[in-house]
Amino acid sequence: MIKLQEEEIRQKIREREGLISRNVLLKEQEMTRQQEELQKEHQKVLYWEAQALGEERKKLADLRQEIERQQQRLTKPQQIAYQSIALKFVPPQTVVKNTIMAFLVGGLICLSGQIIKNLFSQGGLADKEASAATSALLIFLGAFFTGIGYYDKLGKVAGAGSIVPITGFANSIVSSGLESKKEGYIYGVGAHLFTIAGPVLAYGTMISILVGLIYYFAK
Amino acid sequence: MAQKKIGKQTFQFSSVPVVTSWASVVGPKEGQGPLGDKYDLVLTDSLAGEKTWEKAEQKMMQYSMELALEKQELLPKDLDLYLAGDLLNQIISANFTARFLNTPFLGLYGACSTLAQGLCVAGILLEGGFAEKIGVSASSHHDTAERQFRTPTELGDQRPMTAQWTVTGSASFLVERIGTGIMLTHATIGKINDLGVSNTQDLGSAMAPAALDTIKTHLEDLGRSEDDYDLIVTGDLGFLGSNILKELLQQNDISPKKINDCGIMVYSPSQDTHAGGSGCGCSAVVLAAHLIERLRKGLDQRILFVGTGALLSQISAFQGESIPCIAHAVVLEARGEVK
Repeated sequence: MIKLQEEEIRQKIREREGLISRNVLLKEQEMTRQQEELQKEHQKVLYWEAQALGEERKKLADLRQEIERQQQRLTKPQQIAYQSIALKFVPPQTVVKNTIMAFLVGGLICLSGQIIKNLFSQGGLADKEASAATSALLIFLGAFFTGIGYYDKLGKVAGAGSIVPITGFANSIVSSGLESKKEGYIYGVGAHLFTIAGPVLAYGTMISILVGLIYYFAK
Repeated sequence: MAQKKIGKQTFQFSSVPVVTSWASVVGPKEGQGPLGDKYDLVLTDSLAGEKTWEKAEQKMMQYSMELALEKQELLPKDLDLYLAGDLLNQIISANFTARFLNTPFLGLYGACSTLAQGLCVAGILLEGGFAEKIGVSASSHHDTAERQFRTPTELGDQRPMTAQWTVTGSASFLVERIGTGIMLTHATIGKINDLGVSNTQDLGSAMAPAALDTIKTHLEDLGRSEDDYDLIVTGDLGFLGSNILKELLQQNDISPKKINDCGIMVYSPSQDTHAGGSGCGCSAVVLAAHLIERLRKGLDQRILFVGTGALLSQISAFQGESIPCIAHAVVLEARGEVK
């Protein structure tokens, strides 16, 4: 008895496969009918699967997954059709303006970094020390302006221009820390300090090790 | 056959429950918006004198319910039931407000459709004779939502033009079995619609099909057309989602001329929110401060209020899932007399 119905379901799946692989947009009624058929088949097969043992169970699980895949693929043309309508209404991103602002602000931050470094050098620091001191000062400034609530306003206008420099890195850490302060220093600040910067640190470190290894062997 | 159900998804409330009182509390940005002078209470800052944003959101919800009760000279203990929800994990704003009110409580989660969901459930329970007075609240807070769904508020990132701004605000409604006020005549419970949109910065596109589905089903169920309503208002589709909805309605031979959206009404374009407002509070405060007041004054006779919700979590989004969306609708009618 069960066998017969299973064969029926397999037959229906094969027929539907033809329909799905044609990738056509189904009429609403037809879509509903197919979806309800799939639900019915899925429920049936799952019920058999729950009762079956060993090889039989595995076979039915495969069949169930086949139905699940069809459930997903069935609505694809509808999704594509809708998303192409929706896309027509999406307001354009202000790419040109963003790029120019990123260039200007990013450039200004780097320029101020250079000026600070020159001043440190004039003040008598060696080149390496002047670089480190400059980084420290820029990080402090990034953190400071985040703390008093200005860096996010700069970021809104400048985008990558204020994210990419070291001040942006400071912003990502301080903003995460600030926000989590109310959950305490362990579960709040400590746990969330690197939620934004974490991936940069993890993959930055990994890549630098890789590059170091390549350099070591290629030299 | 269910006696009080019409068509596929619509419930009819023959006993006609009444929304007798309402109040809204919003943050400063909303106070500067076009509906600024219509809210009951505008907070001077987004912390509302509290230590955390979460506490501030909870207080807004509590204040709005207290104000709505006070307008009717009632106390929390007079409520048979309190229905509330918000966007935060485990709906904490609602839970803590219910702790304060100390009334029987059912927490709701429908994302930004929560208020419409609450009004549907309140209507059902009042029609069923299970309660005399039910309080319904929904809230959202820009900063708590940003924390939970997006990035730290002080992070200097750029929001895309499709992104919406979560409204800081809460509104509460008192729905009674008998009383004077705005009539709650029908509710249409929505189905999940998911057309594969997975961009969490574009919820308008994700939610528009759900709104279409519920509006279309509602009109079919009741045999009504868009002309039977003075306004069909969606919760928080924003500029983008609302434009898409209008296009979809036209494709389904429904005129979009009665359509508007709370996410468009809540801010002015100069407030630079990109695609408009969103959040549970968005539709709640616009309904309480503006739409229901228009019904009370007799400027509108009948509106269809369609709460739209994007039922995603950060985890589902990161795992690549698309966004399941829902829309619930309630019909609100003026009694006819001008007060």
